[in-house]
This record gives sequence, C-alpha cells and structure tokens, in this order.
Amino acid sequence: MIEISHVDKWYGTGFQALKDCTTSVAKGEVVVVCGPSGSGKSTLIKCVNALEPFQSGEIVLDGIKVNDPKTDLPKLRARVGMVFQHFELFPHLKIIENLCLAQEKVLGRSHEDAMAKGAKLLDRVGLKDHARKFPAELSGGQQQRVAIARALAMDPIAMLFDEPTSALDPEMISEVLDVMVDLAREGMTMMVVTHEMGFASKVANRVIFMDQGEIVEDAPKTDFFGSPRSDRAQKFLSKILSH
Amino acid sequence: MFANFDFDVIRRSLSYLFLDGMTFTLTLTGLATVGALVFGTLLALMRLSGSKPLVWFAGIYVDLMRSLPLVLVIFWFYFLVPYIGQWLTGSSRPMRVGAFTSSLVTFIIFEAAYFSEIMRAGIQSISKGQPAAAQALGLTYSQTMRYVVLPQAFRNMLPVLLTQTIVLFQDTSLVYVLSIPDFLGAASKVAQRDGRLVEMYLFAAVVYFAISCIASFGVRRLQARIAFVH
Repeated sequence: MIEISHVDKWYGTGFQALKDCTTSVAKGEVVVVCGPSGSGKSTLIKCVNALEPFQSGEIVLDGIKVNDPKTDLPKLRARVGMVFQHFELFPHLKIIENLCLAQEKVLGRSHEDAMAKGAKLLDRVGLKDHARKFPAELSGGQQQRVAIARALAMDPIAMLFDEPTSALDPEMISEVLDVMVDLAREGMTMMVVTHEMGFASKVANRVIFMDQGEIVEDAPKTDFFGSPRSDRAQKFLSKILSH
Repeated sequence: MFANFDFDVIRRSLSYLFLDGMTFTLTLTGLATVGALVFGTLLALMRLSGSKPLVWFAGIYVDLMRSLPLVLVIFWFYFLVPYIGQWLTGSSRPMRVGAFTSSLVTFIIFEAAYFSEIMRAGIQSISKGQPAAAQALGLTYSQTMRYVVLPQAFRNMLPVLLTQTIVLFQDTSLVYVLSIPDFLGAASKVAQRDGRLVEMYLFAAVVYFAISCIASFGVRRLQARIAFVH
C-alpha cells in the first residue's frame, strides 16, 4: 500500500532530515513509528502524502508515485487520511461543516450525503451531540476525535497519524487511542507516529525506530519489544518505558 | 463672536449636502473598499505565492502606491485614464470617463496597496497547520485559500480593515480636486456661493469627525467581541 524507498531529504542545503529511508506498509497493516524528537519521524510521514517534498528516492502510494511531477496531488491526498498533532480543525467552521467541506468540494458529494456521512462518523467517535458547535468549544480529546472523523469521511484507503496524542492532557489520551484501536481492529491500514508504546504493543504489526533521520530498526512488534537489535532503540525504550 | 455668522445656511443646504454629497461620499467609500479588498487580497496572494515574477510585481506595486501622494494619483489618473482607455480599445479619440468612475478606479488601485498589506499580515497569522490540513484532505491551493485560509485571515483582520475603511472615508474628500460634489465638495460649493466659508467648513469638519468617531467606536467594540471568541 505504502512503499518508501531510499528517501533522502535535506532542509536547505545543510541539514539532512531523512537519510536513505526504506520501509513499507502493507494493506491492513498497522505500523508505529517512534524515536526521539528531531529524529525525522514526522517528516517521514508527511512525505507520504507529499506535504513535505523530498529530494531523492521514491514513495509509491497504492501504485501511484508520490514524487512524480505528473501526479495529481490533491486527488492522491484525498485518498489518504491524515491526523495532526494539533488537530487542525478549521476554527471558523462548525464541527459538522469541518466534516462536510472536503466531501463536498473534493469528492463532489451532495450536501445531504455529506451531512449524513458526517453525522454517522460523529456518532461513531461519540460526538454526535456536538455537530453544531465550533471547535474551540470542544476539549482537546474531542477535537482530535473530530479530526479523525473528518479524515474518515473521505473514505480513505489508509490513515496517517502524526503524534495524535502528544498535545493532549493525559486524561484525554485514552479516548483518542480507543478510536484508533477500533480502527486498527477493523483492518484500516495505518502509519502512526507516536510515543504511546501501549498502543503499539496492543495493535501494531510492526514498529519502526528512527534516530537522526535514519530508520535504525524496522521489526515485528514482538521482536522490537522483546529484543531490539540496536543500542539506540534499547536506550530509547528504557527511557520511555521506565516510568 | 458668532454674531456675524449665519448658521442657517447649513439648514437651508442640508438636503443638498446629505442627499447629494454624503450619498456620493458613502457610495464611493463602499465601492472602493470592496474593490480594494478584492484586488488587495489578490496582491497579497501574489506576494506570498513564492513565484518570483508575482512576488516582484506585487512588491513593486505596493511600494510604488505607498510612496505616492494620493492627490497626485487622483489627478494623474483622471487625465490618463481616457488615453489608456483609447489605447486599450483602439479607438481614435480618448475614451470618455466620468469623474466618478475615474475616482473609483483611483481609490481601488491606491487603497489596494494598503489592504494587501493588511491581508498579507492576516494570511501570515494563520498557522501553517491549517493549509496543511486542508491540503491533506485533498483541497487544491485555491480551495484551501478560499475556504480555509482567507475566511480566517479576513476575520482576524476585520478591525484593521474597518479602520482602514474609515481612513478611506476621509480620503475620499480629496476628489474635490476633480470638482466632484462629494460631501466636502458640496459644502465647499455652498460656502463659496453664499460666502459662508467658516460656517460650512466648520460643519463639514463636525460631520466627518462625528461619523469617523462613531465608526471607530464600533470597531473597538467589534474588536473586543472577536478577542473574546478566540
């Protein structure tokens, strides 16, 4: 589904953010990407839907090459859902309008169809009573669930999560993770940048560990938690699992 | 000291001053604001587009307009537009352009420079995550601007835009150089006809002051309300 091969990215001419990254996410697979901050994990996931350009290598999404200048990027992006660290709901639109905008403008659905789909997804994330509110009236956890529903409204073939719980207060993390776990169990293809190792051990098929722009470890979940091969991954795990 | 003044001249000319003069002033202010906002937003988008020729064009345009006195541009345009029209339509004689059209076009192209700077600040005040989220949903660049970025930029900048509109309202009085009977022009005509300069100019000042003051007060209240919502 997502094939990443030999991707390099530089910021300006100096700093290399990604170094020869190669990995893949198969259909129905859940892959967790972790690593210290500044390791390039967010950059990597943003390269998948071309929100970040990269200089060499290639990424193929469901058979379509992302970094081909001929690729219709808006059309490609509409097929992959993305959830951001800071939710990025549109503050000037009501919750239900947040869910309808792209359905109508990008997919060309009728307003009635978009509203019906939006209401169904709000119900699914447990927020159907909030459809008429503005994003600022919701808690962080609720906003992030709306953001997931907004992405799902496009009927995506895969979902990308960029640190979906890092900006949340601790008591709100689980309500978002619950939605994500349900999604994973339904067979959604997911690539998730997160530090939530509980989530990883529960639903991930594979865990990728990144450090300084490189993919240091790419292993099935049990191998990764059981016996990481690299020192850096071991150190990282001991730090975040020690509490 | 007011013994020699005749304030009745104001009462006698009220309908001319307001029905003709003020109507013209407010129409010009309204249309020029809408036009300048649209054109200014386009300039702001050009300036932020990242395409070198567009950035250059918008940058030079804005700097040029902001370094010329408005009176000069009004004059210059009034005499030049007929020839530009002639050149564009290829007709054999200068195009006939009314003073209203000419002054409206002048205010739009002049004020667009100021509105574009306001809109540019407004667009830049939107966090980068917003367009990223819109694009991730499959919206094109123009859809992202139209549905996500510009509505927020406009809303954030509304008080500043309205303040600029108050300035524009005062600036429209400069059309007196084209002998157009806007509010000030009308007052000036009556003043000269009846030899009541002090009374009429005093009255004109009071009216401009009152309208601008009330409008500014409204903007401040709006600002407080917007700040509250955020």
